[in-house]
Amino acid sequence: MSNDHDEEHLREHDRPLSGPALRVKALESLLVEKGLVEAKALDAIIDFYETKVGPHNGARIVARAWTDPAYKRRLLTDATAAIDEVGFGGSEGEDMLVLENAPKVHNMVVCTLCSCYPWPVLGLPPVWYKSSAYRARAVIDPRGLLKELGLELSDDVEVRVWDSTAELRYLVLPERPAGTDGWTEEQLAALVTRDAMVGVAKVPPPEAADR
Amino acid sequence: MNGVHDMGGMHGMGPVMIEKDEPVFHAAWEARVYALQRATSFHGTWNIDMSRFSRERMPPAAYLAATYYERWLFGLQTLLVEQGLVTAQELATGRAATKADATAALRVSDVPARMRGRLSARVAAKVPPKFMPGDPVVARSINPVGHTRLPRYVRGRRGTIHLDHGVFTFPDTNAMSRDPKPQHCYSVRFDARELWGREVSARDSVYLDLFDDYLDAA
Repeated sequence: MSNDHDEEHLREHDRPLSGPALRVKALESLLVEKGLVEAKALDAIIDFYETKVGPHNGARIVARAWTDPAYKRRLLTDATAAIDEVGFGGSEGEDMLVLENAPKVHNMVVCTLCSCYPWPVLGLPPVWYKSSAYRARAVIDPRGLLKELGLELSDDVEVRVWDSTAELRYLVLPERPAGTDGWTEEQLAALVTRDAMVGVAKVPPPEAADR
Repeated sequence: MNGVHDMGGMHGMGPVMIEKDEPVFHAAWEARVYALQRATSFHGTWNIDMSRFSRERMPPAAYLAATYYERWLFGLQTLLVEQGLVTAQELATGRAATKADATAALRVSDVPARMRGRLSARVAAKVPPKFMPGDPVVARSINPVGHTRLPRYVRGRRGTIHLDHGVFTFPDTNAMSRDPKPQHCYSVRFDARELWGREVSARDSVYLDLFDDYLDAA
């Protein structure tokens, strides 16, 4: 806050926000008029995050790890390179780590300070991941939170919560569900959910997914 | 800063509600403000740590009342004015007083490469690590008024170095003075009981990615 204008600008937001749609429209017009942004580039950015990236990318990584033991080893030792092999990478996925869930180890991911999330493999984060409730509770009461979300872990399971406080981004490798022996990578990818790759759910077995 | 954005461990925030078949954006303006942030950051006028700090400085009551992309709008407007891409007058009137060289803006043809581009905070500089995996550490009890990625809930708590991630830009100085101050960043494991007391499971733990400047030997 280097001058009075800036202080005034910040104080203005002490009031409740209203009409963000109008304010964003005015801001976009101003920035286009000033030559700072190109409107078509904005359309392309939105299209990229609405259609090109999303949990379907992460699902392919998980399915490959389930079917290819050598790939899984690479994924767990150098996740960024292994994910790049499948063709995914970029903003908010420059330095990736993959956490393997097992019968006695459950990993879940949060960003208590903001909304850090592995965009190239999961897309932009859902509202619940960015919510105050999730950011506040994931680290202090992961078991209670997971139970509310329908995942009750027994006492002998170790829960590891990963708070994304720096530039490392985390993807959970869920357990492969029973009843999927002989399934192809493509069939398996269709089973994998976003929530399982954040660590707030398990991948449901096929009969449950069909219901 | 000890802001409301530092939410780990707070109570009273209510249940976590997962929306079924959630769209990427819930309104057109959310998509536009997201894209505006990405497109304006192309100018390199600020770094990601400055972006995070711009949102953290939203007044606490407004921050808690705001939706996610309202915070982004606040942060973007703050950065645009502070970093001189737009004047407060222009923001207030919506009319451009001066114009920039439009050829320097992110072009539609450059978008895919930009979105897939690697802007890693990893730094090639050779900096010796202060700690090795297995070392006991204690997170410093510090209260910086500027940007920091050391949450309050681990300050003063003991943990163990789990992994050395290598050398990264240090967010605290990068946000405040653009000084990257390269140093090691580690995955540090804290027993859940060290953080939250004996009521929680002795098996559980919380891992944070913390920098040399946040840690002392324990």
